[in-house]
Amino acid sequence: MDLIKTDGLYKTYRLGGGDLAVLKGVSLTIATGELVALMGASGSGKTTLMNILGCLDRPTAGSYFFDGQEISRLSPNQRAVLRNSKIGFVFQNFNLLPRTSALENVLLPTNYVEDGLSAKAARQRAVQWLERVGLAERMHHEPAQLSGGQQQRVAIARALVNNPRLVLADEPTGNLDSHTSEEVLQMFQQLNTGQGITMVLVTHDANVAAHAQRVIHIKDGLIGDAVAAGPAGGPPHA
Amino acid sequence: MLKITATLKTAFRALRRNPLRSALTTLGIIIGIASVIAMVQIGEGSSAAIKQTFTSMGANTLIVFPGAAASGGVSFGGGSAVTLTAEDAAAIARDCPTVAAAAPMVHARLQLVRGNQNWVPQFIYGTTPAFLKIRDWPVVEGRPITNADVLGANEVCLLGQTDVRELFPSGRAVGKTILVQNVPLRVVGVLARKGANMMGMDQDDVIVLPWTTLKYRVSGSALENQNQNTAAASSSPASTDQLYPETAQSLYPTASASEQLDTPQPVSFPNVNGIFVAVPTLAQIPQATQEITTLLRQRHHLQPGQPSDFNIRNLAEISQALGKTSTMMTNLLTGVALISLLVGGVGIMNIMLVSVTERTREIGLRMAVGAKARDILSQFVLEAMVLCLCGGLLGIIAGEGLSSLIKNMLHWPIAVSVPAIIASVAVAAGVGLIFGWYPAWKASRLDPIEALRYE
Repeated sequence: MDLIKTDGLYKTYRLGGGDLAVLKGVSLTIATGELVALMGASGSGKTTLMNILGCLDRPTAGSYFFDGQEISRLSPNQRAVLRNSKIGFVFQNFNLLPRTSALENVLLPTNYVEDGLSAKAARQRAVQWLERVGLAERMHHEPAQLSGGQQQRVAIARALVNNPRLVLADEPTGNLDSHTSEEVLQMFQQLNTGQGITMVLVTHDANVAAHAQRVIHIKDGLIGDAVAAGPAGGPPHA
Repeated sequence: MLKITATLKTAFRALRRNPLRSALTTLGIIIGIASVIAMVQIGEGSSAAIKQTFTSMGANTLIVFPGAAASGGVSFGGGSAVTLTAEDAAAIARDCPTVAAAAPMVHARLQLVRGNQNWVPQFIYGTTPAFLKIRDWPVVEGRPITNADVLGANEVCLLGQTDVRELFPSGRAVGKTILVQNVPLRVVGVLARKGANMMGMDQDDVIVLPWTTLKYRVSGSALENQNQNTAAASSSPASTDQLYPETAQSLYPTASASEQLDTPQPVSFPNVNGIFVAVPTLAQIPQATQEITTLLRQRHHLQPGQPSDFNIRNLAEISQALGKTSTMMTNLLTGVALISLLVGGVGIMNIMLVSVTERTREIGLRMAVGAKARDILSQFVLEAMVLCLCGGLLGIIAGEGLSSLIKNMLHWPIAVSVPAIIASVAVAAGVGLIFGWYPAWKASRLDPIEALRYE
């Protein structure tokens, strides 16, 4: 089943006098359980596409079905609810709250759960995810006391705490050394195969893309050839 | 519920991240609330102090005067009727529920003599011990007059400070004897200093003695003013027949002893010149006036429609005017204090705007993980309100401290004002809401994409 299906996505920014088209009719599908890399040079529109796929932004034109739901006409509040319950974000610069423990950082998305989540249940879930990313003994440390790789793992636990359908990682290894990058990428793969979570890695790094089952190239606001790649998975969906 | 506690926790955590800044921001609110509380309470205290002062000056005192007597179409003026008695005073004290005390008053203007000193005091009051209570007038030396003194018409008196100065250059008056119209009076006590009254008359120029003594032993007649005139005339050194005895001509035939015996003595009525009545509070004056009127009309057997043979006066108007002035002062000071609270509120707004800018990325992140605009709005408003409420609570403590300091220094009757405290908490919360709203609204309007990328 397709988790993501876009049809002719356009995104145009009004800049000064003229319009700047960043996405020029992007159509793609990503199946549930896929690990996909979205690759492109800077300025190719990959960040814009990621923002739309992550329901942070909406397209100027075209349709976007996420989990069977048309997203492009939702109100900001409806999109916030959707992000909270179905999408997890991992950022290049981690974006952890300073002077706040790892556990509290992981708990952050649970504060905004629509129909309420008991503090105990939320805590239990957060601790569970911290254990899974291997930081159980560091959950009371603040970000400043953690290494870059550990911080990114906290961020991953935060992205997963509400059991999302999709994790969107924006240059997740951009600020990490090669060794830690490898660790983090392996974690993504593990979560993908182990938990069946659909992952989209946005990157310009071929190394990162090599960890994905499939690479989607984007260039000048258009999708290039969808190439099945990587040793990990066969082509589940063309 | 969970959401509010979670947001509250978030707010506290955010404020703890920068404790010095939070404390300094709160200081504005602390000062504002403290000054409002202190001003309201000190204002109430000063107004109570003014009321106390006026009470001691007789603001809550009613004075019952006899009405005007008239004979053959000639009125003798207010106070000339011979209708009020000491029994009336006792009945007022006994039967009127809103009356705290009542004392009869007989006055005269006579010369006091002590050795080679003499003096005519402004006020000679013949009264009962209740008078001292009504006028709130303590005896600083010796003892007050007693009911036994009144019943026995004892020859005792209390002197005011001025009279002590005039008659006793040594300053020691208690136990000494003065002469009033050749009646020896023992000074048993000295009254506290009161200063001038509202008409500028020296209230300390006074001698107080049992009314029975003044009426039956000293002045001997109800119409002291006439007596005084004849007494003065007879003793006047300006009288020609004393200066030049030889030229004195007898204008009237001298009455023989038997003729004098046959002449009836004027009957001495047990009337008094007025009755002082103390009422516990200013507000009860109208009711007390009503009660006294009813009682005295009944006692004087006046028919409905017949005019009263007495008048009741009070000084409430003056004290009300002064009370209004004090209230006005309080309002003015509270207004100034509110302005400082406003300045504190602007400080809160300023810091919240800085905080929103500083935490743009945090806001972006919160939005990305599912915070709605409403969540961000309530988080920042709550932060501002927490700041203000903490400031409010500390301000209340500081304000109470300040008022108790004033209370100890000036001895004003300052009481903790519960309405002021409740109002301050409400105002603090309101300031947080109003001044926290704009920064919070700004935060909630951020675009999550822009906010996440903000450096």
